[in-house]
Amino acid sequence: MINLTINSNPVAVPEGWTVLQAAEKLNVRIPTLCNHPDLCVAGNCRVCVVEQKDARTLIASCSQPATEGMEIMTNTLKVRNARKHIVELLLSEHRADCTKCYRNQNCELQALANEFAFGDHLFLDLVGEHEHLIDRTSASIIKDDSKCIRCQRCVRTCTELQKVSAIAVSGKGHEQKISTFHDRPISHVVCTNCGQCVNRCPTGALTEKTYIDHVWDAIYDPSKKVIVQTAPAVRVALGEDLGYDPGERVTGKLVSALRQLGFDYVLDTDFSADLTIMEEGTELLTRLKKALVDGDKETSLPMFTSCSPGWIKFIEHKYPELLPNLSTCKSPQQMFGALAKTYFADNVKVDPENIVSVSIMPCTAKKFEANRPEMRDSGYKDVDFVLTTRELAIMIKQAGIDFRRLDTSNYDSVMGESTGAAVIFGATGGVMEAALRTAYEIVTGKEVPFENINIMPVRGMEGVKEATIKIEGCLKEWSFLEGAELNVAIAHGLTNADKVMSAVARGEANYHFIEIMACPGGCIGGGGQPIPTSTAIRQNRIDAIYAEDMSMAIRKSHENPEVVAVYKNFLGEPNSHKAHELLHTHYVERMRY
Amino acid sequence: METRKITKVDLIFEHIDPREVLVKAYKLGSEGIIQEMLDSGVKGRGGAGFPTGMKWKFCAAEPEPEKYIVCNADEGEPGTFKDREILDRVSYKVFGGMAIAARAVGARRGYVYLRGEYKFLMPQLLMELDGFHKMIDEIGYDFRIEFKLGSGAYICGEESALFESIEGKRGEPRNKPPYPTKCGLFGKPTVVNNVETLVNAVIIIKYGSEKYRSMGTQFSTGAKVFSVSGDTPTPGIYELELGMTCLEFVKEFGDGDAKAVQVGGAAGFCVPRKAFAKTIIGFEGVPTGGSMKLFNSSRSMYNVLHNYLDFFAEESCGQCTPCRIGTQQLLRGVEAVKRGEMKSAYLNELVKLAETMKISSKCGLGQSVGNAFNSIVENFREEIIY
Amino acid sequence: MYQTDNLVKELVELHGAGRTSLIPILQGIVEKYNYLSDDAMVEVAKELDLSAAEVYGTASFYSFLDIKPRGKYVIRVCKTITCSMKGKMEVIETLEDMLKIKVGETTSNGKFTLLETNCMGWCHKAPAMLINEIPYTELTTEKVVKIIKDYMHQ
Repeated sequence: MINLTINSNPVAVPEGWTVLQAAEKLNVRIPTLCNHPDLCVAGNCRVCVVEQKDARTLIASCSQPATEGMEIMTNTLKVRNARKHIVELLLSEHRADCTKCYRNQNCELQALANEFAFGDHLFLDLVGEHEHLIDRTSASIIKDDSKCIRCQRCVRTCTELQKVSAIAVSGKGHEQKISTFHDRPISHVVCTNCGQCVNRCPTGALTEKTYIDHVWDAIYDPSKKVIVQTAPAVRVALGEDLGYDPGERVTGKLVSALRQLGFDYVLDTDFSADLTIMEEGTELLTRLKKALVDGDKETSLPMFTSCSPGWIKFIEHKYPELLPNLSTCKSPQQMFGALAKTYFADNVKVDPENIVSVSIMPCTAKKFEANRPEMRDSGYKDVDFVLTTRELAIMIKQAGIDFRRLDTSNYDSVMGESTGAAVIFGATGGVMEAALRTAYEIVTGKEVPFENINIMPVRGMEGVKEATIKIEGCLKEWSFLEGAELNVAIAHGLTNADKVMSAVARGEANYHFIEIMACPGGCIGGGGQPIPTSTAIRQNRIDAIYAEDMSMAIRKSHENPEVVAVYKNFLGEPNSHKAHELLHTHYVERMRY
Repeated sequence: METRKITKVDLIFEHIDPREVLVKAYKLGSEGIIQEMLDSGVKGRGGAGFPTGMKWKFCAAEPEPEKYIVCNADEGEPGTFKDREILDRVSYKVFGGMAIAARAVGARRGYVYLRGEYKFLMPQLLMELDGFHKMIDEIGYDFRIEFKLGSGAYICGEESALFESIEGKRGEPRNKPPYPTKCGLFGKPTVVNNVETLVNAVIIIKYGSEKYRSMGTQFSTGAKVFSVSGDTPTPGIYELELGMTCLEFVKEFGDGDAKAVQVGGAAGFCVPRKAFAKTIIGFEGVPTGGSMKLFNSSRSMYNVLHNYLDFFAEESCGQCTPCRIGTQQLLRGVEAVKRGEMKSAYLNELVKLAETMKISSKCGLGQSVGNAFNSIVENFREEIIY
Repeated sequence: MYQTDNLVKELVELHGAGRTSLIPILQGIVEKYNYLSDDAMVEVAKELDLSAAEVYGTASFYSFLDIKPRGKYVIRVCKTITCSMKGKMEVIETLEDMLKIKVGETTSNGKFTLLETNCMGWCHKAPAMLINEIPYTELTTEKVVKIIKDYMHQ
């Protein structure tokens, strides 16, 4: 252990800890900006400088390792003056139109300004010195350089967590900035729209493109029926933007709030998550049969899940040669959208022309996905508007709804029924677990051999998880799988996805089925979820997801009565012609760089 | 305090038989070389002035078998041109210093990071390097040197930025610690020395530490190559013993009308006429990497300051707040005061800002902007305002 | 004609495909074409398995790795203090008059680009300029005229 003092209080920390970590241990708060618990240390912003006895300069506590005998002071006059200067400098470069800013009152620079820089500005306003680009070309993300403070969290996110590097630091000195390749529009580079940068931007420099006003317009339009679907991960995170601690489940209140906002039908993406399991599970079994029994060389294995639109765009850019391995199933959002303007419209006897389909997603990439030209199989735009969890919280606040006091209520039918299997789609490993619960039972007629059907090996925060399920006691029609060992892998965060993909591309991976989610932790860590994020926050949300699963009466997708009904009354059977028309899609190869 | 008159020496550019020195160093071995370096009291000639022997000792003590010797030839400090001259005239001594360092710390690979502006020297240097490699092979050294070319970035003279650049990245300084002797180029223990420092190693091994110590002062041993420019009838390169005063320097090199000397380049200090007599050029006074720029009374110190600030605003790497924005604020600030848009009292705020930059910037660049700024504003305040 | 496919491959062959080769490869392209086109940067990204943004970000850090089209002869006049004191403005004015361009511009025939640069280490022989990699020092109007005339006839 290393012994040091902070503000004269002794503290012992393990070797390798930073001064900042040591201070946290003593509950001494040192302000930070470029520091983020998910990312490597940068030491750029210098907001966290502290004084070390007998040192010539101040030291950045985020990057300085604690050493034996160190005497640190975090609140001397020297430190306060330097911090004030640094905050003032950042403000002088930042277009502070706070009252109009999307991140107003949830901005780390604003919070620091509040502590260190109220009153007249100390320095000259430099915002006008540069021509600032506001890039609105992406369906998902807006990049406003005039609000950027160059902390480089976004760049580290895009590189370290996502291995995309759609953005990088460019130029030097006063021309230094965060750029795409040669400042091309975000819509024309390798950005996956995952929004992880948005989640980690301390200011309003990177935000999601908001469609709140479009949705209000639809709600107020008497000629429109507005239906809304909510993704599994929203219900375990929305509360954070409305005053709850991370990990609070607010499903019932969420439904009530949506009704109060004026949505005509409040429905659940969980329904189509279960449908995805039926379609994807059948697709997997079909591929296995073709490969193992028919010896079809054309059948691509392993099969990859296709629920995560950030992941889809990643593979389209980076591993187009593996696109045949990607399940042709649309994501639950888009399956829902295609059925909303066909099956659901028939059911409620509304002209699909007059249906506005809205989805509430933990995800910014879903905005892009809904705008893909392939996503119009209903004859209309299948999903009209995608809102993030954050945008919904804003709408709830705009409407003056006292969320805490809301009663709980239930989703409407006929696309509002959920199962535990659908709920766990929100966590990494969840799609895999849901698929295994159903596929195993289809093949053997028995439940998966795990206690309470909780398939623990596919759960958890490890970047890449692997599991092998031995199939025993097959029903007659599946006897070709008797004794087979199904190898599966799960990766979350695109850096981990890339590891798995490069192994597959090199032919070094022996998997049959791989689940990939673009975001760390899966959808609960999505780019549209409440800010801030950290491993601990994501873990709380995951715990809530599994608690929700355990609380459900039905926990297997194929037992969802509305899913059974949609096949009986509309689709026929999984992977039927009609199912293919509405629920499956194709992919495009995109430029690699 | 002991001071010296101007004493010109000729050690750096003197032609010697390098083989003899390298054979001697080879026989001395690691401990012998490091002891000589420590005894000589030599400090780094790039500007920062860290004791070279200590640096080598730290690096030698690292157990990691893969180590590097890096020659910092990214001479970019305004007013410095000695390293180009040294490489042009006695590159074998630079290579020799690297081989001695390699022998001392146990490195087998070395890099010379040459600034892009000196690319024209490359054909000649590569030829000379070829001959040098043959010679050290014969002596028994297991050491190879490679050239890396800069591409126009002052900050790459900062040692960790230089490593980043060799590694193919943007030349952005790293957080320290860890220091290069522990974790430098490619994450391995690295000795990085200025061109002139490496030549000093050859001199020390050749003549012995005792003779070396007899030059200069107690804290600034040896001689130093000075790059003299500005308002002087005799601009050029001079090898002088350390420890002279600024007044002695001005008497020798000035045009009779010197009002200020900028010691150490844009990152150094401005010494006004009234302080010439009491300012010692050396580590006990004003340290310098060799840049000595004279200004006579026809010069506007506002223009001088503006030029330096413009330089820093462009050449800051841009990653840390105090340096990226601070340099711009100082530049725009003095402009605003000059134009009368800001009150002259605003200069006081800027001086405080420069102090903040000194203590909170990530690397030496941001930390040294305040040297020039404050010493010019302090001594020539009226020239900045009116 | 700017054709980088083969050049990039040759440079990768020469320097290797690791990250450390990035700058030497970019330098090699600039040596031949005087600037980095978007296609060239994408090509390098492909060969080194880097993102194009990262290649651009690295290139744009270094002022000699130009990412804007440049002429066959890139003139860089030192603008740092001693050269400024010793007649840099006259040098610039002479060049602007001769080439009919301003600092930052390229002649319409693509032959010359005029730029300023920071201290290039010739303060004792100020003012100084680089034309591509060749330094010219102790410049006077007459000297500049002669130098540029020689280049014009090359």
